[in-house]
Amino acid sequence: MNAISGACDWLSTSANWQGEKGVWHRLAEHLYFSGVALGIACLIALPLALWLGHIGRGGALAVNVSNVGRAVPTLAVLVLLTLTPLGRHGDVPTLIALVLFAVPPLLTNAYVGVREVDRSVVEAARGMGMSGGQVFARVELPLAYPLVMTGLRSAAVQVIATATLAAMAGEGGLGRIITAGFNLQDTPQVVAGAVLVAALALVVEGAFVAVGRLCDPMRGRA
Amino acid sequence: MSEQNCLVRNEWVCGEYLRTRSQELVDATVQHVGITVASVVIGVLISLPLALLARRRRAFAAPVLGLTTVLYSIPSLAMFSLLLPLFGLSPALVITGLVLYSLTILVRNILAGLQSVPEEATEAARGMGYGPLRLLWEVELPLALPALLAGVRIATVSTVALTTVGAIVDYGGLGTLILGGLDSDFKAQVLTASVLCVALAVLADLLLLGLQRLLTPWTRATRGRGPRPRRRRVAAAAPALPEPEKVA
Repeated sequence: MNAISGACDWLSTSANWQGEKGVWHRLAEHLYFSGVALGIACLIALPLALWLGHIGRGGALAVNVSNVGRAVPTLAVLVLLTLTPLGRHGDVPTLIALVLFAVPPLLTNAYVGVREVDRSVVEAARGMGMSGGQVFARVELPLAYPLVMTGLRSAAVQVIATATLAAMAGEGGLGRIITAGFNLQDTPQVVAGAVLVAALALVVEGAFVAVGRLCDPMRGRA
Repeated sequence: MSEQNCLVRNEWVCGEYLRTRSQELVDATVQHVGITVASVVIGVLISLPLALLARRRRAFAAPVLGLTTVLYSIPSLAMFSLLLPLFGLSPALVITGLVLYSLTILVRNILAGLQSVPEEATEAARGMGYGPLRLLWEVELPLALPALLAGVRIATVSTVALTTVGAIVDYGGLGTLILGGLDSDFKAQVLTASVLCVALAVLADLLLLGLQRLLTPWTRATRGRGPRPRRRRVAAAAPALPEPEKVA
């Protein structure tokens, strides 16, 4: 209980929120890393996965990327990238690692989403005279939407979580508050940082669920 | 002489490192395997009754699945740190965090396995006078075994990778070597520990796959015998959603 009241004290001390090592600065770093990485990952993974799903090839690739991703330890990749010559370029190793870990859920979900669209619906659309592009835009994409959004949500949570680990490899972000707490043997600060990180992950998850529902093309239809 | 120098030159691949520090690597691997095995075993022991309860009572299913999913989205570094006041710096801290993550995958898979048991099979067993416990043990669990073991495989592979984060409290197995190598800029140690970690995940997956094939010989019985109506029906009934990811 001591640690919890200590964490509350830490969080309510305004000095801990200001400056280079303050919460606001770390939060901004965290969101910057995550946002940029998620954007790049979407640009790489979504067009590829949607196209592969549309033409119906490369399924083994799309699914296996996800399984391989699970076996690779995030921390190891971060540390390895930091020790390579890339490590001298500040944010680059972190961004590469984050993109690497955001791609699998995006790729797999978008591919499976398009592939799982009922073939008879696609046949019907073709029978109505739709071209390949029309079938994709008006039939496959709206029906694949829920799974594409699920992938986007897992990728976002994944990126937020991995950006936390970047702190262990010496980069910035909210995780830095936790690692600094460990170095100072300051348990209240560790717990306060953990609460902030957990809250951010849950808020981002919730935000993506809400946005996904609002933008659903099938909303209000049967 | 070049062998001696690769440590001095700080190369990524170094035979001398393997020779001089093999004990350190073995100790870290043993710790890594111990933490992983303990986490998955405890996870299975907790999720089995949870899945059974969730199947019996629908009111219970939603909160269990919801809560484990929420836990799953908490970053691992935060999870271990949040448990710090409860356990202090100990292996129990890392194992508890990993067990909480494994519950999401295990409960879902065991539940899906139990729900896919054909109604006719349970009806027939009941008609033969099987009590609820014997029905569970001799009919339902064996039929749910493929899904259950698939869940164990996914949980094990992601637990092997996640154990490394335990390095923050010095109980991360190979992760402790990786983080230590970062601090001292020791490339051979980082690469060797990372490769061992991935190899461990692959090996665990293969072992569990072998176990699955040994324990469920009937799933292979129809292979290569023309049409496979049973397999196709199962595939159609199974949800298409990929498993959630957990790598950090």
